[in-house]
Amino acid sequence: MQRKLILSSPLLEITISRLCQELIETHQDFTNTVILGLQPRGIFFAQKIQKELQQIIGKNIPMGQLDATFYRDDFRRREPLKPNATKIPFLVEGKKVILIDDVLATGRMVRAALDAMTAFGRPEKVELCVLIDRIYNRDLPIKPDYIGKKVNTIATEKVLVEWQEQGHESDRIWLITR
Amino acid sequence: MQKLSTRHLLGIKDLTPDDIELIMATAQEFKEVINRPIKKVPSLRDVTIANVFFENSTRTRLSFELAEKRLSADTLSFSAAGSSVKKGETLLDTVNNILAMKVDMIVMRHASPGAPHFLSKHIKANIVNAGDGTHEHPTQALLDSFSMRERLGDLAGKKIAIIGDILHSRVALSNIFALKKQGAEITLCGPSTLIPRHITDLGVKVSHDVKQTLAWCDVANVLRIQLERQHIKYFPSLREYSLYYGINKKMLDQLDKEIVLMHPGPINRGVELSSDAADSHHSIILDQVENGVAVRMAVLYLLAAQN
Repeated sequence: MQRKLILSSPLLEITISRLCQELIETHQDFTNTVILGLQPRGIFFAQKIQKELQQIIGKNIPMGQLDATFYRDDFRRREPLKPNATKIPFLVEGKKVILIDDVLATGRMVRAALDAMTAFGRPEKVELCVLIDRIYNRDLPIKPDYIGKKVNTIATEKVLVEWQEQGHESDRIWLITR
Repeated sequence: MQKLSTRHLLGIKDLTPDDIELIMATAQEFKEVINRPIKKVPSLRDVTIANVFFENSTRTRLSFELAEKRLSADTLSFSAAGSSVKKGETLLDTVNNILAMKVDMIVMRHASPGAPHFLSKHIKANIVNAGDGTHEHPTQALLDSFSMRERLGDLAGKKIAIIGDILHSRVALSNIFALKKQGAEITLCGPSTLIPRHITDLGVKVSHDVKQTLAWCDVANVLRIQLERQHIKYFPSLREYSLYYGINKKMLDQLDKEIVLMHPGPINRGVELSSDAADSHHSIILDQVENGVAVRMAVLYLLAAQN
């Protein structure tokens, strides 16, 4: 098994700052825009985006956590996934929503999340922001609007995301080859 | 992730403590789901579930049906009254005919203890026991534990009293197994004729004094006198039972501590519980009903995932 560092901690900080600038270009002062982090690991990335945006804009930006486990299309076809908490302290109805996840690969999780989100209302617009885009891995026609880094991977490779919040020594993204 | 250690939910006796934790954690997320503006998830959309009830039920049946619908399963309901059971069809034949219609799961209530265990040896579908005679009622015990944990947190070392007709109660037996596996202390309280012999072998204490028991416990789970299962007299009269073992609000208020009052329903108001106690702030009876849907969703979801 080989490990290659794709994003180190300082590079990750720069990437997050850049993504925040891109988000501000579209959403300006974030009136009527909310952030939804995808469980389980997208929420750590979403928290970092939220923190940075709040520092730049100087106001509170609502953030929720969305778990799409019950909406997945592979139930009974693979090992069951453990559900995580969904906490959305606002109505999605009429809002612009930025879905945030760490790694985008097949797009199936995002499809499930779009489905799950409709249980909280009909958003005006939904955008997708991902830290790592594993291009050429897609099973569904889903395309991110904001991308931290594009990675070209093959089936035997895996992207490993380590967050300090999960007990790792620093925030790092690895490419693992089996 | 972890899986349940079993393909069927026949009784709490067969579950491991890890199974109970997994069901509790999953039910927690389903409770959030049923409190959303849109309360439905598509998880079980390709699963067909038959509710087969050979015995009367209100809460359990409605709760299972609602849980199945909230999970987007296809459901069919069967009750023995008005069916071919009356024409002499056997249990196995009845169930095999239902399964021939491509049913994946069976939720069954039956008056004979062990009926779902018998069935599990003969059919492939997942089976959920919704009460088998005086034996077990596992989903009730799970929702009772879930409701207690909402109030008390971890149940290890907590003092739980089960009061009333223990002898005929499947809820009592399932609760004893479930609470023991979570490390709680249990006292059973009732007239000696309604306490099963050798029940202390399960590691529970027995008391015949309801006031002492209430003073001891954190939770009082009060059970109904099951007159329909009592073919001989176990106590002189309902009035006398109510006098010695009935619980009213005055008794609860005199305790000078927080106590959680539970009842699996249906309540015989004025017998085991007075109306003012059942409707008091101590009571979490309606929370139990709400949690029942979430817990049953978790059980169905986890069992369906086994295929």
